[in-house]
Amino acid sequence: MIEHVVLRVIAKLLAPFIVLFALYVQFHGDFGPGGGFQAGVIFASAFILYALIYGVENARQIAPPAVAQAAIGLGVLIYAGTGVASMLLGGKYLDYSLLAQDAGHGQHYGILIVEFGVGVTVAAVMITVFFTFAGRRGVLEAREDVATAEDDEDR
Amino acid sequence: MITATNLVLLAFLVVLAWAIARIRNLFVVTMLAGIYSLLTATVFVLLDAVDVAFTEAAVGAGITTVLFLGALLLTDREAKPRKNRMASLGPMLLVVLLGVALVYTTLDPRMPHYGDAKAPAHGRLAPEFLADSVKQVGAEKPTAIHVPNVVTTTLASYRGFDTLGEVVVIFTAGVGVLILLGGNGIRRRRRNPAPHADSSGAGSSGAGSSSPGSSGNGAGA
Repeated sequence: MIEHVVLRVIAKLLAPFIVLFALYVQFHGDFGPGGGFQAGVIFASAFILYALIYGVENARQIAPPAVAQAAIGLGVLIYAGTGVASMLLGGKYLDYSLLAQDAGHGQHYGILIVEFGVGVTVAAVMITVFFTFAGRRGVLEAREDVATAEDDEDR
Repeated sequence: MITATNLVLLAFLVVLAWAIARIRNLFVVTMLAGIYSLLTATVFVLLDAVDVAFTEAAVGAGITTVLFLGALLLTDREAKPRKNRMASLGPMLLVVLLGVALVYTTLDPRMPHYGDAKAPAHGRLAPEFLADSVKQVGAEKPTAIHVPNVVTTTLASYRGFDTLGEVVVIFTAGVGVLILLGGNGIRRRRRNPAPHADSSGAGSSGAGSSSPGSSGNGAGA
């Protein structure tokens, strides 16, 4: 869809605001509706919008698949690591009360960190799944090209 | 007023579900499914479940529609008509029975009514969570900092272990898609024709000779 000027300009205009809104939903989830799951999806939708308009190859330049795939595991590690940290500080697994000077602050920080982990994993999974599906057609065509090229070679 | 809105929305949902089940054009079905999710999100807002509505709108109406469109590029535009129409009678009967059972249990006077504060589910832990969360999760006495969104505290703190499980589920889904579709899938066959013995893959193991005349036996033999 790269030939449509309106779509191209609007997509580029919207993308930063979508990311900003995702960050707002992510870090304001303790006061308003939202949290890691929603924020991750909104964050990923900015990249997916870009990929829809400018093509998957260009979007891969912005969000390299290696980074996205690493982030899938990183989010889970952040979440589980918070639990381990609270254990190392002498509490129970995922009991955030000991993460700060008092239980209230500890819980607050713990919730924010854990939600951040959720957001990272969800965003990375959504981006990766979309890129994999959207790039699949190219893979199939390339595979057909290889097959026809080999047929030609054989003949 | 809210009841009327609810009824209209639920009627729309039924019509949409029927249309999704009947229509064979997959593009139309994908779009209808997106509308279905958006209407469901509206229903959740009416039920005061803003967080769930948020998730439903972002995931159901947004990402899922896009993913379906991506998958649609890889397959046909039209679903094939079912050959044996009687085969779908059994599942249909099961679904109708389940629906009737759900409606019955919702309206049964012996069950707690919707929004009933005295329902057993709201009796023991919920008031504690509500009071404790507004005060401050885990704190002995109320202080300035607290987490007003009870949904967040419940998800991330009281039910932190469940949410960890959910994240692992999403992680597993991502890894599963990567394993199934992630590799570029092209078998990199060697291009140099000099030792022609095993260069053309599994199907043509008989291509032992490197003479030009016998190289076509992958298909001919």
